[in-house]
Amino acid sequence: MASVGFHEPLELLSEDTRNMHRAIVSLMEELEAIDWYQQRADACADSQLKDVLVHNKNEEIEHASMVLEWIRRHSGHFDQMLRLYLFTEAPITGIEKAAEANGSGTAPAPALGIGSMKKGS
Amino acid sequence: MDLLKRAQAPITPEAWQQIDDEAKRVLKLNLAGRQVVDFDGPHGWQFAAVNTGGLILRTGGGLGVPWGVRGVVPLIEVRVPFELAIMELDNASRGAVLDLAAVVSAAEKTAHAEDNAIFNGFKSGGFEGIIPSSPYPPITLPDDFTKYPSVVVEAAETLRRGGINGPYALALGPDSYAGLAQAAEDGYPIRERVEHAFDGPLVLAPQVDGAVLLSTRGGDFQLSVGQDLSIGYAGRDQETVRLYLTESFAFRVLEHTAAVYLKPKRGKK
Repeated sequence: MASVGFHEPLELLSEDTRNMHRAIVSLMEELEAIDWYQQRADACADSQLKDVLVHNKNEEIEHASMVLEWIRRHSGHFDQMLRLYLFTEAPITGIEKAAEANGSGTAPAPALGIGSMKKGS
Repeated sequence: MDLLKRAQAPITPEAWQQIDDEAKRVLKLNLAGRQVVDFDGPHGWQFAAVNTGGLILRTGGGLGVPWGVRGVVPLIEVRVPFELAIMELDNASRGAVLDLAAVVSAAEKTAHAEDNAIFNGFKSGGFEGIIPSSPYPPITLPDDFTKYPSVVVEAAETLRRGGINGPYALALGPDSYAGLAQAAEDGYPIRERVEHAFDGPLVLAPQVDGAVLLSTRGGDFQLSVGQDLSIGYAGRDQETVRLYLTESFAFRVLEHTAAVYLKPKRGKK
């Protein structure tokens, strides 16, 4: 079996769901590898090995990004949420509030991201 | 498409980046109110009014039952237009640093409008300002900057006696801010003595004539923002593109006793 992560009988799952499962498991593995490499690089005293580990971590970030993009292209709600939150500068919870105020769940009009300038807020 | 219609503008991503960055830089340099009051939002374009929680009782009208109107403070929407040359904007894609004097001017105007409403009030919009709503007699600022620490201590004591705890901040108009920054006594900067007097930051507030000491503990002054500061596209002709800086906001003073005004000896020239 390609994955032991299926939680329902395979014959009941659509091809779309099986593919999405493959992508999600792949993304999880890439993110886990990023975390491992980051920790090993932090702890490593050999500078050359540390460079290799950081390089490998960055490769995994590329892989994770590619899988995430596949997921976005195949899941309407992922697409909507990533468009809402990614590459924005406003406070992240403020984006959610603004989207709820819009009532549409769509991205608020792009602001300059000034928000609060009070220290500690 | 959103209300700002930025996607319709004949502006490359490189030029948009420079326009937005310059606007942000100038806004942050000029906005003083946001450094000292609570920020509520951004709530988006559809947010039209702040609920005060109050009920204004009315009579008559033939309804046959007692009635009242719910208290709200409507947001105002400001829009500061400016124009840029399309030829100049295209140079951003060739690696040029753009001449964005029009953006600077629009950002300054917008920041000053917001700060004016916060500190001095805006009756036409229904906003009380921090300074006009203070119930304490104004304290007169001395001409001699070395005497600033004692008047600031007096202002802080006024707040403490009024039951307003800190932390506090001192928002200073340009003359007071610049004078204080340069003043020294026996080689010791007066600015540091003033900061020690109330244990808080000094904030340059271009729209304040004199200074105002206010509590920043939270819950006293609230800026509610619908659409936060943004740049939109209004139109174009063959040579120029028309843009605007906009925001929607309301300002409320929730605790009048949380600020003391320090007026200059002479008013604005």
